[in-house]
Amino acid sequence: MIKMNDVYKKYSNGVVAANGITIDIDRGEFVYVVGPSGAGKSTFIKMMYREESPTSGQIFIDGTDLGSLKNKQIPYLRRQIGVVFQDFKLLPKLSVYENVAFALEVIEETPAEIRKKVTDVLALVGLSQKARMFPNELSGGEQQRVSIARSIVNEPKLVIADEPTGNLDPDTSLGIMNIFEKINNRGTTIIMATHNKDIVNKIRHRVLLVEGGMITRDEYEGEYSYEG
Amino acid sequence: MKARTLGRHFRESFKSLGRNGWMTFASISAVAVTLLLVGSFIVMMMNLNKMADNIENDVEIKVVADAAASDAAVKELQEKVESIDGVASVEYASREEELDKVIKQYGKELALYKQSNPLGDALYVKAADPHNTAEIAKEIDTYEYTAEVVYGAGKVEKLFNVVKISRNVGLILILALLFTAMFLISNTIRLTIIARGREIEIMKLVGATNSFVRIPFILEGIWLGILGSIIPITAISIAYQQIYAYWQPKLVNEMFQLLKPMPFILQVDGLLLFMGVFIGVWGSLMSVRKFLKV
Repeated sequence: MIKMNDVYKKYSNGVVAANGITIDIDRGEFVYVVGPSGAGKSTFIKMMYREESPTSGQIFIDGTDLGSLKNKQIPYLRRQIGVVFQDFKLLPKLSVYENVAFALEVIEETPAEIRKKVTDVLALVGLSQKARMFPNELSGGEQQRVSIARSIVNEPKLVIADEPTGNLDPDTSLGIMNIFEKINNRGTTIIMATHNKDIVNKIRHRVLLVEGGMITRDEYEGEYSYEG
Repeated sequence: MKARTLGRHFRESFKSLGRNGWMTFASISAVAVTLLLVGSFIVMMMNLNKMADNIENDVEIKVVADAAASDAAVKELQEKVESIDGVASVEYASREEELDKVIKQYGKELALYKQSNPLGDALYVKAADPHNTAEIAKEIDTYEYTAEVVYGAGKVEKLFNVVKISRNVGLILILALLFTAMFLISNTIRLTIIARGREIEIMKLVGATNSFVRIPFILEGIWLGILGSIIPITAISIAYQQIYAYWQPKLVNEMFQLLKPMPFILQVDGLLLFMGVFIGVWGSLMSVRKFLKV
C-alpha cells in the first residue's frame, strides 16, 4: 500500500526531517509511528498525502508514484486518503452532519450519495443521534469522531491519523481507538502517529520508531519504548 | 461543471461579499471612481479625436494662379495639379468668384476692385490623405503659373500634438488607477480567503480540485467589478446625453461636432463593464494564486 524508497527531505531552513527512509506497508495493516517531537514523524506522514514532497527518493501509494503526480492529480490522490488531526479541524458553523457531508460536496458527489454515505458513517462512529448538533456542543471525543467520520466517508483505502488522541483523556482515547479498529477490520490501512504509550502497548500493532529522520526500529506487535 | 456545483459557487461568492462588508464597499468604490474617470476620459478623447479628424479632413490647399495667366494656362495648371499622386479633388473658382468672396467678407467698399480685379483664379485642392497636404502644396508651388499656395500649415500638427499628449498622460493616469482598483480588490479577496482558511484547508485535504476552491473567489472578483461599474455607466450615460442635448445645437460649426450618443454611449458602457469585470478577475487571481498553492 505504501512504499518508500530511500526518501530524503531537507527543508529550506536546513532541517533534515527524513534521512533515508525505506519502508513497505501492506494493505490492511495498522501501523503506529512513534518517536520524540521533532524527529520527523509529521514529515513522514505528510509526505504520504503529498502535503510535503521529498527532496529525493520515491514514494508509492497504492502503486502510484507520488513524484510523477502533476499538481492537478493531487486532489484525486487525496480522495483515496482520509486524514485525521489532533485538533479535529471541524467547521464551527456547520452541524455534525454538514461537516461530514462537506467532504463529499466539495468533490461533487450527488446529493443522494451524500445522504446515504453520511448517514452510514455517522452510525459507524455512533453519532447518529447528534447529527444536528454543532461542534461546540460536543465533547472532545465526539468531535474527534466527527473528524474520523469525515475522513472515512469517501471510503478511502488509507487513513492517516496525526496524534488523534493527543487532546483526549484515556477513556475517550480508547473509544476512539475502537473506531479505528473497526475501520481497520474493514480492510482499511491505518497509519497513526502517536505519543500515547498506553494505547500502543495495549492495542498491539506494528510500531515504527522515527528518530532523527530515520526509522530506527520496526517491530510487529511492537511496544512503545524509546528514551525521551 | 454541474449546475449544482455552480449554484454552490454563486452562493459562496455572494456570502463573502456580505461578510467583508467594508472591504467590499471600498473595492466597489475604487472600481467606481476609476471607471468614472476612465469613462469620462474616453468620452473626451473620442470627441477630441473626432474633431481633430474633422479639422484634418477640412484642410485644403488654396492655389492662386498668376493674375496674368490665360484661361488655357490655368486650365493646364488645374490638369497638372489633378494628376499629382494623392490629390483627391480640385475645385476651380474664377477670379470673379474669388473677388465676390472677399467683398462679402470685408465689405462693399472693395467692390471698387471689380473694375480691375487684382486677384488670380483659384484652385481648391484636397489631399486624399491629409497628412500629405504639406508635400502636395510644395509640389504645386514649383509650377509655372502658381502665384501663391496657402494652407493651414502647422495648425493641424499642433492640434494633433495636443491630442496625443493628453492621450498619453491620460493613459498613464488610467493605468495607475486601474492598478489601485485591482490592488483593493485583491486585498478584499485576500480577506475572504483568510476568513475561510480552515474551510479551504479541509477542502484541499479531502481532495477538492483547485478550480473548485478557486472559482468562488474569482466570482467574487467579478461581482466587485460589475457592482463597481454600475455607477460610472449610469453617470456617464446620463451626463453625456445631457451634454449632447445642451451643446450640440450651439455647435453650428461643422468641425466641432459631438459624437451622437447612440451607439457611442453603449460602446463606452460596454467597455466600462468589461474593464470592471477584468479588474475584478485580475484582482482576485492575484491573491488567489498566492494563497492557494498546492
